[in-house]
Amino acid sequence: MANLKISNVTKRFGSLVANDDVSLEVSEGEVVALLGENGAGKTTLMNILFGHYVADEGTIEIDGVTLPPGSTDAAIKAGVGMVHQHFTLADNMSVLENIMLGTQSLWSLKSTVGKARQKMEDLASEYNLHVNPDAGIADLSVGERQRVEILKVLYRGAKILILDEPTAVLTPAETDQLLANLKNMVASGMSIIFISHKLHEVLAISDRVTVLRHGAMVGEIATRDADKAILAEMMVGRKVTRPKAQILEAGESVLELENICVAKKDAKLLSDVSLTIRCNEIVAIAGVAGNGQRELAELLSGLRSWDSGEFRFEGSAVTHPSARKFLTLGFGRIPEDRHHTGTVGEMTVWENLLSEKLGQAPMWKYGKFIDFAASRKKAAELIEQFDIRCNSMETPARLLSGGNMQKLILARTLTASPRFILANQPVRGLDEGAIAFVHEQLLEARKNGVGILLISEDLDEIFSIADRVAVIYHGRISPLLDVRKTNIRQIGAMMGGDMKAVA
Amino acid sequence: MQIEPRENISPWRVVLAPVTAIGVAFFLCSFLIAWTGESILEAYGFLFKGAFGSRFALSETLNRATPLIFTGLAAAVAFRAKFWNIGAEGQLYFGALAATLVGTGAINLPPILMVPFLFVAGAFAGGLALLGPVFLKTVLKVDEVVTTLLLNFVILLFINYLLEGPLRDPMSMGWPQAASVIDAGVLPALMERTRLHIGFLVAIGAAIFVWALMRFTIWGYEIRAVGANATGARFAGISINKTVFLVAMLSGGLAGMAGITETAGTKGYLTLDLSPGFGYSGIAVAMLANLNPLGVVISAIFLAGIYVGADSMSRAVNIPTYIADVLVALSVLSVLVSLMFVQFKVRWR
Repeated sequence: MANLKISNVTKRFGSLVANDDVSLEVSEGEVVALLGENGAGKTTLMNILFGHYVADEGTIEIDGVTLPPGSTDAAIKAGVGMVHQHFTLADNMSVLENIMLGTQSLWSLKSTVGKARQKMEDLASEYNLHVNPDAGIADLSVGERQRVEILKVLYRGAKILILDEPTAVLTPAETDQLLANLKNMVASGMSIIFISHKLHEVLAISDRVTVLRHGAMVGEIATRDADKAILAEMMVGRKVTRPKAQILEAGESVLELENICVAKKDAKLLSDVSLTIRCNEIVAIAGVAGNGQRELAELLSGLRSWDSGEFRFEGSAVTHPSARKFLTLGFGRIPEDRHHTGTVGEMTVWENLLSEKLGQAPMWKYGKFIDFAASRKKAAELIEQFDIRCNSMETPARLLSGGNMQKLILARTLTASPRFILANQPVRGLDEGAIAFVHEQLLEARKNGVGILLISEDLDEIFSIADRVAVIYHGRISPLLDVRKTNIRQIGAMMGGDMKAVA
Repeated sequence: MQIEPRENISPWRVVLAPVTAIGVAFFLCSFLIAWTGESILEAYGFLFKGAFGSRFALSETLNRATPLIFTGLAAAVAFRAKFWNIGAEGQLYFGALAATLVGTGAINLPPILMVPFLFVAGAFAGGLALLGPVFLKTVLKVDEVVTTLLLNFVILLFINYLLEGPLRDPMSMGWPQAASVIDAGVLPALMERTRLHIGFLVAIGAAIFVWALMRFTIWGYEIRAVGANATGARFAGISINKTVFLVAMLSGGLAGMAGITETAGTKGYLTLDLSPGFGYSGIAVAMLANLNPLGVVISAIFLAGIYVGADSMSRAVNIPTYIADVLVALSVLSVLVSLMFVQFKVRWR
């Protein structure tokens, strides 16, 4: 008997069909991977299952009983547990408090802390998920927080575990640990729905793979019959080849950082960072999120000052940083967060295209007035050249898809002919076609003599376009390694803090 | 029930939504009128006649609208940049104070220069009243809602002190009022035998100026960007603090000019009851206009019409003037709700 049965679910958001007649069955002790690109409707489907959204059509049954739509409570009671992509933990509370949150009766005067502690410890040892119950969430590593999330779900008696992109924030070693734990749970009768777009993980953990594309189910395949190429083609719908870096001789250095330190109160956010980026090369900074990438990116965007160390651009020292100054110097910046940093969503596409050139001719008359004709002409050129798909240039930027928003930012950056580009997670959340486009543009800029710093958590990306790579860990940066002389295993070990692996 | 953002917003909807909303406000208010036992249509008839029904009524309405346009613009500019200036009332009184300090004889200029000079002085004083809050916000990140709001009371008490002491007009026979603005500084009348003065035209000029500034200039671009997404604006190289400072000076300056129209125009001298809350009503004006500077003119005239009309209605039928406050409050509420329907659509299941 099927443990979970999702039948013919359809969900629309306005004109967008997020799920189109999707059906999925999961039996006891089975791992089903839900594979698809960003925006394919994986998370929407799981949010319907978990009662966050109400499906327009279709039903969800667990052990033959139909779940009432839109009730998270009912879903939890029926044994569905969800570990969200973005953790839902209260940072200022302890592990045990987080796990108990919402499970105590409001009307009971008796504390159940003792019992809860026992139950949590039993679960932890049963599934090998050890965390100190009294530790504050804020003090835990990302891997440990995820363990707390899983424990929280198990504590509520989940039989069907949904993991939404669980490995996005983990190091390769932590990922291995997680996959081992999951196998353990399946062995004891749990069912797991594993959402991911990382093919090797899907192949490693699942029994069966269901592929979603543009909201519709495009196929289902037993994992033993699948390989990476088959899954990739099912996911994207066509063969997409990402561009690879041609070998180029790097030129003079563009940007040099020497022993840069950034501290906030007592915490050292960046310590003794030294980096040299040369013309015609892409230097990648690998690392698990939260190890100082944000501070490094802010530093190179002109948004943050440094406490000590030397910052040189094209040979001359830079002081008193500001975004405006960096732009004038010849910095191009592709920020991590397209929606909140890279664009002003309420303003139009053309206004966003000229946001880094305020007051500069030809888009501005007398330095202070918008020249509408010249601005629109320039915007039309860029929209054409970078193939930005939008209804019109008067559309608010927030209505663009992720890929088109990134194209807008690329267009704005590249048209300024920068000599250095900071690309912070430039392809995160994009579909394969857009990824290929962004990489092509970066490689083209590299060929034209631009020095590029790529901050990425995606090792595949680094190994396909970067020339040199360093790892950032706890605000420190390892020596640069030649990408062609290292491998994913070595970089993975360094990302976990094993700097001895450098040698 | 589901709320979804609209992708294409038709201009019809943008115009019709607030008009419908105001209809709804009048409809809801008619229950209160029915409760007093008066005829609803008759009451609204008197309201309309009192506001727009004669040359005199119209002049009174436009006269009342003049300071509301200035304070409405002050709120609209500030709120567009998400700088929550709730202190237009205090800034208005600072403007009025400036009119008293320089306009009651300290400086003598011919009328052609004196009137503009007073407006400039009022704008400076209004901006000055915001210097403290803007400094606290940009340097120490103190919430401007609290500082600007509380400063209203501080300024009012300060004016109170001045009117009881150093600034009291010796000819006022003991009333707490300041000396009259000299003849050269009095705003010339626009219509004979009415109180309407050129301050109204200056207000419309200010609205056009602000509209053009927001739409055509680098400052307008920066103000809109900072208001819509401060992080994004900062990333693009816009200085948040500079923009907030600019917005504050503009907003305070506009509110200060409202003090000029009242002191040098309508009333002639500074008293403690110079403004029946024009500073606060300006917020309602700006909200009704959806922060559009040209819309501020229309919504200020609408609000002024309700207040003036309600006065005359209460004289004709047995309905207290407080009905105007209810009507204004309902209008603001229903317009705000209607603006949500412009941005979003609701699907029922």
